[in-house]
Amino acid sequence: MNSGYDLSSSTYSPDGRIFQVEYANKAVENSGTAIGLRVKDGVVLALEKLVHSKLLVPGTNRRIQTVDRHIGIATAGLLADGRHLASRAFDESLNYRETYRSEPPLSAIAERLGLYVQAYTLYSSVRPFGISAILGAVDKDGPALYVVEPSGIYYGYNGAAVGKGRQLAKTELEKLKLSELTTREAVFEAARIMHLVHDDSKDKEFELELSWIGAETNGLHLPVPKDLFEEADKKGRDALDADMED
Amino acid sequence: MDHFPGTHWGKPRNDNIDAYGTYPLHAHQPRTDAFADGVQRTQQPVVTGASVLALKYKDGIMMAADNLASYGSLARFKDIQRASGDMADFQQLKHILDTLLIEQFVQDDGHKFGPTEIYEYLSRLMYGRRSKMDPLWNSLLVGGFKDGKSFLGYVDLLGTTYSAPTLRNWVWRYIAQPLLRKSVEGREDTLTEEEAVKILEGCMKVLFYRDARSLNKYQIAAVTEKGIWISDSRSVETEWAFAEGIRGYGAQTQ
Amino acid sequence: MQRLKAGEVNLGTSIMAVQFDGGVVIGADSRTTTGSYIANRVTDKLTYVHDRVYCCRSGSAADTQAVADIVHSHLQMFAQQYGTPPPVHTAASVFEKLCYDNKDNLSAGIIVAGWDKGGPSVYNIPLGGGLFKQPWAIGGSGSTYVYGYCDATYREGWGRDQTVQFVKNTLALAMSRDGSSGGTIRIAVITEDGVERLFIPGNELPTFWEGPPVPMTVVEAKKVVPTAGEGAPIEVEA
Repeated sequence: MNSGYDLSSSTYSPDGRIFQVEYANKAVENSGTAIGLRVKDGVVLALEKLVHSKLLVPGTNRRIQTVDRHIGIATAGLLADGRHLASRAFDESLNYRETYRSEPPLSAIAERLGLYVQAYTLYSSVRPFGISAILGAVDKDGPALYVVEPSGIYYGYNGAAVGKGRQLAKTELEKLKLSELTTREAVFEAARIMHLVHDDSKDKEFELELSWIGAETNGLHLPVPKDLFEEADKKGRDALDADMED
Repeated sequence: MDHFPGTHWGKPRNDNIDAYGTYPLHAHQPRTDAFADGVQRTQQPVVTGASVLALKYKDGIMMAADNLASYGSLARFKDIQRASGDMADFQQLKHILDTLLIEQFVQDDGHKFGPTEIYEYLSRLMYGRRSKMDPLWNSLLVGGFKDGKSFLGYVDLLGTTYSAPTLRNWVWRYIAQPLLRKSVEGREDTLTEEEAVKILEGCMKVLFYRDARSLNKYQIAAVTEKGIWISDSRSVETEWAFAEGIRGYGAQTQ
Repeated sequence: MQRLKAGEVNLGTSIMAVQFDGGVVIGADSRTTTGSYIANRVTDKLTYVHDRVYCCRSGSAADTQAVADIVHSHLQMFAQQYGTPPPVHTAASVFEKLCYDNKDNLSAGIIVAGWDKGGPSVYNIPLGGGLFKQPWAIGGSGSTYVYGYCDATYREGWGRDQTVQFVKNTLALAMSRDGSSGGTIRIAVITEDGVERLFIPGNELPTFWEGPPVPMTVVEAKKVVPTAGEGAPIEVEA
């Protein structure tokens, strides 16, 4: 169908596309949704982790990971690729600290990850990353949010969504006045959106992952504390039920 | 045939000197050793910080350090480190420790380093570096509080370690340590915060009088269950008036 | 040249002498050290060698005391033989001879100052035993920190009080930077009328900019943020 132009990312199709990269995007699109909110005084990352087996231990295989004290990463796509990318981000962050003896700004980490991911689109011996990564941080310039895609391209965002439910999530994010929200308020919005975009008919179960960086965490990337998590989770679910009754 | 592995093998032959390769081993190469003059690899400290002391008291541990080049107090979780020695090495050490703590933070597995783990790591680091003949030129006091227990440990550039209720750095241990021992040992569990501050003030005064590398400007820090505090810079009252009438060094009277 | 011998007591020292119209002001810190241990914090480094001639001693305490004692003896002999107090230049020349002839065995940097019929004068005899007449002289390990200050500040024609203030400020600056100097400031004003001693206690030294104030920091345990993992949520939905 593609006349063999899709067999290697080192080969262009006649109209200038690299099919392997596009297929990598498909791997992302089939994954559970991940979103990021850059608000007034912090960043919130939220993620819908689809539970494919009841035998899995709850809380394992987390897909929001910590890169540095102030940097978090949420990945959509292949779990193993996400792990590798987070590990690389951590190495880059330490390398930045080793060289400049200061906290890396998120823009620097996003750029380095972009270069790294892009290198996997150049050779026939490797496959591109099946990952879109949302990076969040509060650095010296304030809150920051980036998305790195399988092509290696990366953009800065106020609100970002990747994975299955990204379209609906983006619509919801656009309705918010992100620059006026506090990080705490953003946690509730994130939980609500995650419940809203979850497709109950196709995927039965999911674990909600929520993390935040802001004044309340002393600038650290931390999981949302249990009590706040439960409150936000419940409110998010209730909002969904109320919606359905309408 | 080359009979002499040490001198010939792997090297081009030199027929001018030894056409047949028959010379005995010792006749071949001048017996100069690359290390004959000795190799000095351990450096000297450059910018140094000096007076640091620490003691245990009822609520935890308390430390005092003067402000002379001893910049930097490292506060992580419920620990505090203060160090004396080479400031560049101390900064390197802080960086290494910070990297370790980030690694642990990112791991996200619920485990945390307490004062004993930090102390153990630092002592291995110090010993490792001295074994490479490239020591970090510091002596460190590590103090902390975790799970209702206070901890105070010492480690120096040789990797020497010990724990005690009172600690001092460098040669000043000979002056302040007896004062600290006298007022602290056996009373670790009853000493109040006020008493502990008084004891440290007394020691800092003697140090200012007698240590040519000290400054009458210092800070006190405490690590307790409730958290950490580091005081403002402060000074001790000193006494000089008695010296006004002193003349010369012997018979001089004017 | 002989450096300090092992274990020897050192007058780490900041010393100074400045001429003014009616006399000279000499000054010194009061610290004597062995290594970084302060062997004496109230030393008097302003040493009498005759009624109107004093010296400021720096270097080895033992060497400079011995030299000063010999000069003192010489000057007493001089006064007896010639029936007149020795001129400052004479005193300085005796110092110079002793320091030069024994330069290999001495570590002594001495400033000689005083008043004679020709007026006030200051002589500097640094390490090698040279003799230099100067309107002002500084010496000792602490002096290296304040050459610039002295060059920029000193003016001709000062009165007694201005000169005393200059000596006080210079020594305080030297003492604050030099670990081997410290304690109190001792000053003597030598004029035709006599020698007046001044004393500035160690806790009343002039101060200059000492950096921004260091504020108190408190990290309450409650504010110590839980590390990752502690706040972990995650229970599977039924």
